[in-house]
Amino acid sequence: MSYTAPKETYSGKIFEVTIGTERPVTFGGENVLPFHGFEGSIPHRPVIAYEIQDVPPDDWPETVKAVYNGVANDPVSWARFCEEKLNAKAIALRLIGTHPDRENRSSEEARKVVLEVLSAIKVPLIILGSNHVEKDSEVLVACAEAAKDKNCIIGKAQEGNYKTITAAAMAHNHKLIAMSELDINLSKQLNILITQMGFPKERLITDPMCSALGYGIEYTYSVMERIRLAALAQNDQVMQPPILGDVGTYVWKVKETQASEEEVPQWGSLKERSIAWEAVTAVAMLIAGAELLIMRHPEAVKAVERFIDELMQ
Amino acid sequence: MLIIGEKLSIIAKRVREAMLKRDKGPIQEIAKAQWQAGASMIDANIGPAEDGGESLMEWMVTTIQEAVPLPVCLDTTNYKAVEAGLKVHNNQWGRPLINSTSNDPERFPMLELAAKYNCQIIGLTVGKGGLPADAGERAAIAAEIMARAMEYGVPLEDLYLDPLVLQIATSQDHALKVIEAVKLFKEMNDPPMKTVVGLSNISNGCPKELRPIINKYYFLMLLDAGLDAAIADPKEMAEAMEERPLFEAVLAGKDIGDQRRAMVIKKTVDIIMGRTLYAHSYLEM
Repeated sequence: MSYTAPKETYSGKIFEVTIGTERPVTFGGENVLPFHGFEGSIPHRPVIAYEIQDVPPDDWPETVKAVYNGVANDPVSWARFCEEKLNAKAIALRLIGTHPDRENRSSEEARKVVLEVLSAIKVPLIILGSNHVEKDSEVLVACAEAAKDKNCIIGKAQEGNYKTITAAAMAHNHKLIAMSELDINLSKQLNILITQMGFPKERLITDPMCSALGYGIEYTYSVMERIRLAALAQNDQVMQPPILGDVGTYVWKVKETQASEEEVPQWGSLKERSIAWEAVTAVAMLIAGAELLIMRHPEAVKAVERFIDELMQ
Repeated sequence: MLIIGEKLSIIAKRVREAMLKRDKGPIQEIAKAQWQAGASMIDANIGPAEDGGESLMEWMVTTIQEAVPLPVCLDTTNYKAVEAGLKVHNNQWGRPLINSTSNDPERFPMLELAAKYNCQIIGLTVGKGGLPADAGERAAIAAEIMARAMEYGVPLEDLYLDPLVLQIATSQDHALKVIEAVKLFKEMNDPPMKTVVGLSNISNGCPKELRPIINKYYFLMLLDAGLDAAIADPKEMAEAMEERPLFEAVLAGKDIGDQRRAMVIKKTVDIIMGRTLYAHSYLEM
């Protein structure tokens, strides 16, 4: 008797999400677990967006800051560099400068940056707040309005501010990131609350909260994996939006991407090590179920793209 | 079915204050209300009670038994407090129940007390390290506790095995594992082992309006699995028993002529069985 490999088929399917207008990208749409193309259909590759900021990346480690020397003083030239030189498929603009403990920039300033960046790039834009619950609800509302009809992703809506941010994303035709803190049940609950406002679940992106390799990544991994299983095996529609892995911001804060070779000689080359740290974290998120990643180092992005190439064959 | 009234717990503010002031009024009022609602035993949960536990348990047992003709479930980790309660317990109303021993050696003295005072005891199926992962682990711990009980001279008929109900809002997969554990426990001896749960923990952390719904239907599912006793709200349990025919009818796929209730039952059973992912708004989906 010949051997037939067993196949898992699922009743559920991930929503297909398209962002941008001039050079749009689409992700999601699969009806199988990550990279299980032999069991069903994976119509789109995961998408990696390059992260930029509204203020210079003074708090980024040297290894990744060096890549953007000369362009990162200005969000517009930074965005152009990512699109033209790095062939970014999407750009994630983090308005970290609006955080009250940082530069505390106004929503008017943030709005201006969004407009400038939007007019400078063709690829889709992801507009992220500073992760300050109150300030974000003000800043993101202004930015959603400024980016009207540009089909951006706005984020992140959280339990404490989802109402205003959801309303703004809905009114101005954007996609929306819903972020909860590493709890699958709360993640589902937030998606329910957002859809109960009338926001279509097909325009949502779930962020179950990322973490870096060595810093609780197994929690993120497990939550993502269970979200995917609920979406596919239980056909749970609230859990069928694509998942975001906001990788760079977590990775480039940990000791392994910062400690010098003099400090920890046994860890080897800082550059190699930190790029690998971002790439490995990103790959883990993809295998767990993420369809959209936000990353910082072009070498890490390249490594992850090669990984996707191999697994998508 | 033995319903052990859960309401006299130190966690409740009103009860805690009455305990501190040794104010019999609220304690006896709550005990009576539970008795009238159908409780056949009253749980007296005084917490770890490290200071003054003995006099507090003594006072609780006599205060409760002054008001209701029921035995008391002595709920504390303080061994001396349990003994003080057992000494004053009026066995005319039934034998007391110790809550609890476990597979943690620190809890073995409770078995000594159960043997010495010829009373019943709950064996919580947890060990020293962490929570049991599934029904099988719970059964393995149960076997250890059973062996220990025999060693201490506690007849297995006097041992209630407790699979440890966890919160559905954070540990959804354990809801079904606990039901499976109850079934396994029953098979571990002949006559079958007795089983008990601390029921309301299932809905701990859920929105207030959901709690009685989850408690009731979870109770009915455990009942189907062979559960013998529950530390629970006797009022809710009485309602559950009234609803039981409807509940069974819905599970059998019959039309009960009440769409709303049928929907609530189906969705809640799906959550308990792990067929849908729990969220606080699961009934609205």
